[in-house]
Amino acid sequence: MKTSKFSQLSASIMANAIYAMKNFPVMLVNTILAPFGLLIIIFFVSHGTLLNVGILGGFILVMVNNGIAIQGDLTHLRNDMKLQDMLVSSPVSPAIYVAGIALSELVFSIPDLVVLSILAVIFIHLSAISALTIAAVMLLTFMFSISLGFFISTISRDVIEGWAFMGLISMVLSTLPPVYYPITYIPMPFRYIAYLSPTSFSAIIAQNSIGFVKFSSSFILISWIILILVSVALIVFAIKRSRWREE
Amino acid sequence: MVKLIIKNLSKSYVDKKSKSLSALKKVSLNLDINGIFTLIGRNGAGKTTFIRIVSTELLPTSGKVYLDGVDVVKNPKEIRERIAVIPQEAALIPWMTARENIFAYLLWRGLSFKEAKERTNTVLTRFKLEKYADKLPRKLSGGTKRKVLVALVISSNAKIIFLDEPTTGLDPISRRELWEVLTELKKEHLVILTTHYLEEAEELSDYIIILNKGKLVKAGSINNIRDAIGYPYAIKIFKGFNKKIRLNGKVVKKNDGTFQVFSDERTANNLAKKLIKTKVKFSINPTSLEDIFYMLVGDIDKGEENEN
Repeated sequence: MKTSKFSQLSASIMANAIYAMKNFPVMLVNTILAPFGLLIIIFFVSHGTLLNVGILGGFILVMVNNGIAIQGDLTHLRNDMKLQDMLVSSPVSPAIYVAGIALSELVFSIPDLVVLSILAVIFIHLSAISALTIAAVMLLTFMFSISLGFFISTISRDVIEGWAFMGLISMVLSTLPPVYYPITYIPMPFRYIAYLSPTSFSAIIAQNSIGFVKFSSSFILISWIILILVSVALIVFAIKRSRWREE
Repeated sequence: MVKLIIKNLSKSYVDKKSKSLSALKKVSLNLDINGIFTLIGRNGAGKTTFIRIVSTELLPTSGKVYLDGVDVVKNPKEIRERIAVIPQEAALIPWMTARENIFAYLLWRGLSFKEAKERTNTVLTRFKLEKYADKLPRKLSGGTKRKVLVALVISSNAKIIFLDEPTTGLDPISRRELWEVLTELKKEHLVILTTHYLEEAEELSDYIIILNKGKLVKAGSINNIRDAIGYPYAIKIFKGFNKKIRLNGKVVKKNDGTFQVFSDERTANNLAKKLIKTKVKFSINPTSLEDIFYMLVGDIDKGEENEN
């Protein structure tokens, strides 16, 4: 029998995103609202001056949260439904299964991305180059978040532990670092701590691309290199950690 | 007929204290099987480990496994189109209806959308699940959920179906309903089953293997096993038994004061004649799988057992 890889990819997307949103619409509402809490606070506290940066922060938070979410989903499907055990003994390959689940997380991001894109068009007036730059940054942010989430799913023993990891990582990568505000707002000795988070570099590149904060070209180049290296390293690490058939 | 060859299959796990624990110890089998093949054994006997290795989920520590002509240790991909598994404690995905669960599983197996939809409808009709098809799992009874899971793996048209304790936790009626489904299944598939329920194994199985502490204790049809242990009959003697009657065979005194004698046909006949004379109530039945299991593995009424 010929197996369709398209069907196999679609199965993960439908199971983990489409059917969840269709049968439990509250999940959709929850996902849509997630990036706007901080955005509203930042908007009022800054008297509207940080709205542009806040919208970019929203993009980054959506990518991080939905990327990291793969960890909880994989753990839940594996431990509570034994789905992975069922699929190991079937023709689907681990790469297709995980790629499908990763894409399902991206599908979950679509409503947020649509709303944020509308806000960006209205309030940021993006140039084509800025839009492309931000899209590339979002893609890299999503890739390292997915890889990190996948890696954690291989070590977390149950879904409760997984949720704790998710909350922690979301805070460390998207709430605490200068994602919703410029890094220049952080006093100098503490700024080095912010550099420990790869999302700081996502924000630096995005904020620079809209001209809100101006950084030197060399600093932006370094930021790109760090972002790409972190993404590649986490992807490689995740692939090495992946186990389909148990030993 | 499906050929299953297992040679010196062993599996050890290393616990947190770096201590090696053997789940399977040099199990060997060479069988042509069809129908329902059942593994029985106590908790930790190695049943799930056996199933997980044969179904390509788990690598053995040593040994070889050939299923339907395929070396499942070396070439797992080759067999995966021919097998489908319901692991122990498997559950339907709770945010998907019964229909969506089956449909997604078929897509994962690589069927086209059209074929997956057709097969989903066919299997829902075959298992009389149409009225539950568009309900979420939380609205289904335990028995119906299990039936949907079985329907899901059957819809794959896999030749070999692995079911790890499929009836655990079901009420007696749901369990009987699932037995009917399994009896139907064995006409077209080889079903490899594990169960804790010995009456279930006895009722359903064409071939049984008994595992204890990772070792193969006995294998064969229920009749073969009865003959092999040498006690094909079980005579239950109720209260009021005259102890002057000599009991030949394997005798077990139960806590309720009754005696159970396991013997061959001739001894059973002789004993029956003696018991009739003494007007003691008794019954003679073929030795049940439960009796055999306790004889081979269990510790029923320890200390009260003697061999005459």
